[in-house]
Amino acid sequence: MDQFLQLLVAGLATGAVYALAAMGFTLLWQTAGTINFAQGEFVMLPAFLMLGWMSLGGLEPWPAFALTVLCSLLLLGLAFKRALADPLMRHDVLTMVIATIALGLFLKESVKELWSNEAQPFPDLLPVGSLQLGGVVLSLRDIVVFLAAAGLALGLQLFLARTRTGRSMQAVAQNREVARIVGIDVPRMVLLTFLVNALLVSVAALLVTPVYLAKFDLGESLGLMAFIAAIVGGFNQTRGALVGGLLVGLLDNFSAAYLSAAYRNAFPLLLLVVIILLRPQGLLGRAEERQV
Amino acid sequence: MRRTLAAAAVLVGLGAGGAGAQDSVLIADVIELSGGGATVGTNWKNGVDLAASRINAEGGILGRKVVVEHYDTQSNPAVSKAVLQKALDEDPFVVLGPIYSSSTKVNMVVTQRAEVPQIVGSEASDITEQGNPWVFRTSFGQAAGMPKLANYMRDGLGARTVDIVWVNNDFGKGGRDAMVAELEKRGIEVGADLSTEVQQVDFAPDVVQVRNSGADAVFVYLHEEESARFLKELRKQGYERPVIGETTLMNQKVIDLAGEAVEGVRGHVGLSADAPLESVAAMAEAYEKAFGAKTDHNGIKGYIALHIVKEIAERTGGFDRAAFGEALRGATITTADEPGVLMDVTFDEKGDIDRESFLVEVENGQQVITEVLPKLGG
Repeated sequence: MDQFLQLLVAGLATGAVYALAAMGFTLLWQTAGTINFAQGEFVMLPAFLMLGWMSLGGLEPWPAFALTVLCSLLLLGLAFKRALADPLMRHDVLTMVIATIALGLFLKESVKELWSNEAQPFPDLLPVGSLQLGGVVLSLRDIVVFLAAAGLALGLQLFLARTRTGRSMQAVAQNREVARIVGIDVPRMVLLTFLVNALLVSVAALLVTPVYLAKFDLGESLGLMAFIAAIVGGFNQTRGALVGGLLVGLLDNFSAAYLSAAYRNAFPLLLLVVIILLRPQGLLGRAEERQV
Repeated sequence: MRRTLAAAAVLVGLGAGGAGAQDSVLIADVIELSGGGATVGTNWKNGVDLAASRINAEGGILGRKVVVEHYDTQSNPAVSKAVLQKALDEDPFVVLGPIYSSSTKVNMVVTQRAEVPQIVGSEASDITEQGNPWVFRTSFGQAAGMPKLANYMRDGLGARTVDIVWVNNDFGKGGRDAMVAELEKRGIEVGADLSTEVQQVDFAPDVVQVRNSGADAVFVYLHEEESARFLKELRKQGYERPVIGETTLMNQKVIDLAGEAVEGVRGHVGLSADAPLESVAAMAEAYEKAFGAKTDHNGIKGYIALHIVKEIAERTGGFDRAAFGEALRGATITTADEPGVLMDVTFDEKGDIDRESFLVEVENGQQVITEVLPKLGG
């Protein structure tokens, strides 16, 4: 039972980070029709931006993180939208997919060339230690990661559901033309979506990199897991991405411990296949019809 | 600036070897410069470059300048075989590397066929068990290191049960099998026996199992980056029992990456930049001056490898590959013969190396030598 609870907490912490990246996937897809296959690299880049501010700028971790978020908003939000998404949005999805795959490779190779091909240590701003709950020893860091990531995800849900801006973003996601007719500033809402995604990946980087280490290929498995989480939860529902992320994180941890460590990467893919066969819209997703 | 100049001096030293074929001797270095082994391979490459620079500054080998060509295996056995073939097309005198055992196993067949001596940094036991007369080690094989560690776990820790966490490739499987055999011989039970993957990033489920196994200690046999991640996860989950490793776990790169999580880790190392020997300290200082980073044991291995080439070539009085292989098998090279080997070494007929080694513990980010162990051969 102790082991089960420890795996549950570890799985939720891992899954919450997947959920952050997965929510970015779904937001970009809904409002901008963009599938960002560079999402994993979008998590990796802020880690190196933060290391840059610390080593080259001599900043302490928290100010470095604040500047990293600012840079991410500019680079991964504004610049990504203007330079890549806007020109390609009018073309089909496949064009965007290829472009973001290329962007991911470019970011990865650039970090490798400009920084290093070796893993780098990354400062851990979260508490390390354990928490004893009724005889079960749990990782304090895992609990904080879960609370921070889940808190951000739920905050985003509340923002989307309860604020005027959030509802406008949802309206754009549901029907861009109708949103425009009712007076919503569609380009602004789309930009906001890209900025929210940049914020999500920056926080994900801060949470995960101290343990995973900063390396150019940090985003490979993370991006794949987030993509699976988004599809499992429902690509057209941000709360689906949250559920999908947690589910994939739990499956990853429990399967490694109880089924097979060697095949642990296969189980989330198996889940993906099952979902696509039985419920293609995802666990919480809406079935959509598209004219072709 | 000083580091840049020193590194430039190393490169100039290498460049000086680029003369005509009759004035130089070509060494092919087939090594991990990208992929999961980039850390170990870069250290090895720097060690080889430093050695080449020094040998060239002292007149080369038998009057010929040393020219080293590096080939990146990308830490991939298939690529290592392809680049080795390319390297052999250039007709090198000796091949150095690789370090990853899985790469060595596929390309040592190629050097054997080409009858070119190969000095590797790999540790998998079966590399020197296949009767290949052209392959030689720079580090202990697992068959040599594991008995020393098993003795320590029995006598030093009083362990009755030990968990084993290993990486699922030739290196890890070989180490795991060798350790299990040694533990069984000493009546120590294996608790959790966990395989992990190369480049794995999340070790939470593995550490949960180790925490709950109730064993007296955990033996960790992973590559550098994975070792650092595993140690961080152990610390994250509050694991407090002894953590034991063989060479890699106490590597400088692991110390740099894992930070406080590596404190208190203990184990056996064949080579250490912190060894209480003037020769090793001087080499480590020169390395740091040239490359701006502290060397790990792989840097020392690369440095030693090229000096072994020099000494044996000088003993045979030429660049005959067959004579080189024959002379190296069973040879003892002392630091009086060739200071560049740093410690007296002896090769057996299979190509395994023997030298003094160390028990270490990591304290304040440094390897602290707790015991110097004699050569296996006495």
